[in-house]
Amino acid sequence: MSATMSQKARILAVAAVLLALAIIVPLSSSFVVLLATRALVFAILAMSVDILLGFAGLASLGQAAYLSVGAYLTAILAAKYQFGLGWDFWLVVLFAVLLGAATAAFFGLFAVRATGVYFLMITLALGQCVWGLAYRWNSLTNGDNGINLTSRPNFGLDLANERTFFFLVFAFFSVTLLMLYVLVRSPFGRSLEGIRERELRMQILGYNTWLHKYIAFVIAGAVGGLSGVLWAHTNGLVSPDTVVLTTSVDALLMVVLGGAGTLVGGAIGSAIVFGLREYLSTLVPWWQYVLGGVYVLTILYMPMGLMGLPARIRQWRGARSRSANGQSLMPAQS
Amino acid sequence: MQFWLIQAFNGISYGALLFLLGSGLSLIFGVMRIVNLSHGSYFLWGGYIALSVIWATGSWGLSLPLAALAVALIGLVMERVFLRPLGFDPLRQVLLTVGFAYLFQQGALDIWGGNNMEINPPSALTHSVVLGGMYFPLYRLFMITTALAIGLTIWLGMEKTRVGAMVRATVDDAQMARGVGIDTNRVSMLIFALGALLAAVGGVIGGAFLGVYPGLDFEVLPLAFAVVIIGGMGSLGGAAIGAMLVGLADNFGKALFPELAYFTLYAPMVLILAIKPTGLFGRE
Repeated sequence: MSATMSQKARILAVAAVLLALAIIVPLSSSFVVLLATRALVFAILAMSVDILLGFAGLASLGQAAYLSVGAYLTAILAAKYQFGLGWDFWLVVLFAVLLGAATAAFFGLFAVRATGVYFLMITLALGQCVWGLAYRWNSLTNGDNGINLTSRPNFGLDLANERTFFFLVFAFFSVTLLMLYVLVRSPFGRSLEGIRERELRMQILGYNTWLHKYIAFVIAGAVGGLSGVLWAHTNGLVSPDTVVLTTSVDALLMVVLGGAGTLVGGAIGSAIVFGLREYLSTLVPWWQYVLGGVYVLTILYMPMGLMGLPARIRQWRGARSRSANGQSLMPAQS
Repeated sequence: MQFWLIQAFNGISYGALLFLLGSGLSLIFGVMRIVNLSHGSYFLWGGYIALSVIWATGSWGLSLPLAALAVALIGLVMERVFLRPLGFDPLRQVLLTVGFAYLFQQGALDIWGGNNMEINPPSALTHSVVLGGMYFPLYRLFMITTALAIGLTIWLGMEKTRVGAMVRATVDDAQMARGVGIDTNRVSMLIFALGALLAAVGGVIGGAFLGVYPGLDFEVLPLAFAVVIIGGMGSLGGAAIGAMLVGLADNFGKALFPELAYFTLYAPMVLILAIKPTGLFGRE
């Protein structure tokens, strides 16, 4: 396939979908607006996972940590100091991004050396450290009860309005997507992919692979911090439930579901998960079977996720026409 | 003095429970290199199935083996039907076990409902014994002896029997083991079932202690990982020591630094992973 052509077509398709979202969602019921807002916030978190998984080849099971430092920062500043409820909201965004990056910069010192399954487990352990603090450090985090945010920021734009707030989240999502896209298309992103494919070769070529992965880890942390601010204001409550292992697991699965290494895949995964969880759950009690089943089937039969579906179909067609000529049914191993 | 003794005793008995939970995970990782994120579900299902057996028969003694065997069977089917066809692909295997963890969670919610329940042990085990002026709950002593007995049995099985030798060979070098004619597929199946069985035993015994409730699966999972990581993956002795350390760290952490309780548990795990990724007693 012609890579450049399909690249342009893909960008156009993503832009068209975003435009459609921006038009359709605000006209829908407030239930849909809330659903889309939540899905977009998690899509930002999922994209931060994808930077690591899809481009650096590192599966993180602790991304909820960065979401929660951003969320707790927002909640603590708002509840204790009434800070971040006007124009200073933008300062909170900046602080949360910096705090997410700083946390990741610290955690990365431990985690980035590890590879494969060990990276998975060390990020899990780091995530649990943050959870432990959120759960037990009562004087700061209010423990199990969490912190309530009574009002959303109002700086000319009143974010208490669900539709206004949706647009804000939508804008953050679009900007993040664009910036991360530029990042992964840059020489830095290419080197990351090289490290994912064959780290040793990149080292021999003179790349400092640790530093590349470390920078990717910090960027992912910064993006996670951003998603935390938005999640705090979306949810109105920040509690240890935000930091639990399942949040990190969900973010990882969203990326795998949509397709790792595509950025928008995480957004698709997020939309599916929230759609199933919050829409299907109002219709049928067994929605979680559908969610679990979708996960299992995706992992078994679509290793490239939903974004890999077109390629998969082409491959399948090719294999069928080949098998008609008496050749192997097995798709070629890349 | 009394404080330290009681806390240490509590920590060790909790560690005994964690050993049952973690040793299976460690064995599975050692033999198959699978990070099994549905291990917490086995623990939870063990507890729930035991409850069902108790409701049906009224016998706690019967519930323990039945629940253990039922969960072992679940693990066996999962390995055979879903994990093996994936071949060696750690990430996909991990993700698959997460998918199953969600399915198990929903299944448990449908079958047993969302209430917190407790497994009542037989009244013979609910007393306390007095030693040197201190009360030791008999049930905690029972937990320790059970874990010891099971640990010793597995250790002897691993060291002294032919099957054990096959398992050790597979842990050390699966390819060579296949080369000398060991059916590593059967070893994997056996170990996966054994790991699930151990977790289920933990779930039944822990049911009197932690309770049985939705969400327990993902609560015990990180603890199981802490045990395995601190002790070293694939090492039974490491799992035992890891379990003791985690049990003690948890108890003393909660008693001495309540605000940092879980931090004191997971921060050492991070440090060990960063310094010696194979754990204190793991092998390369």
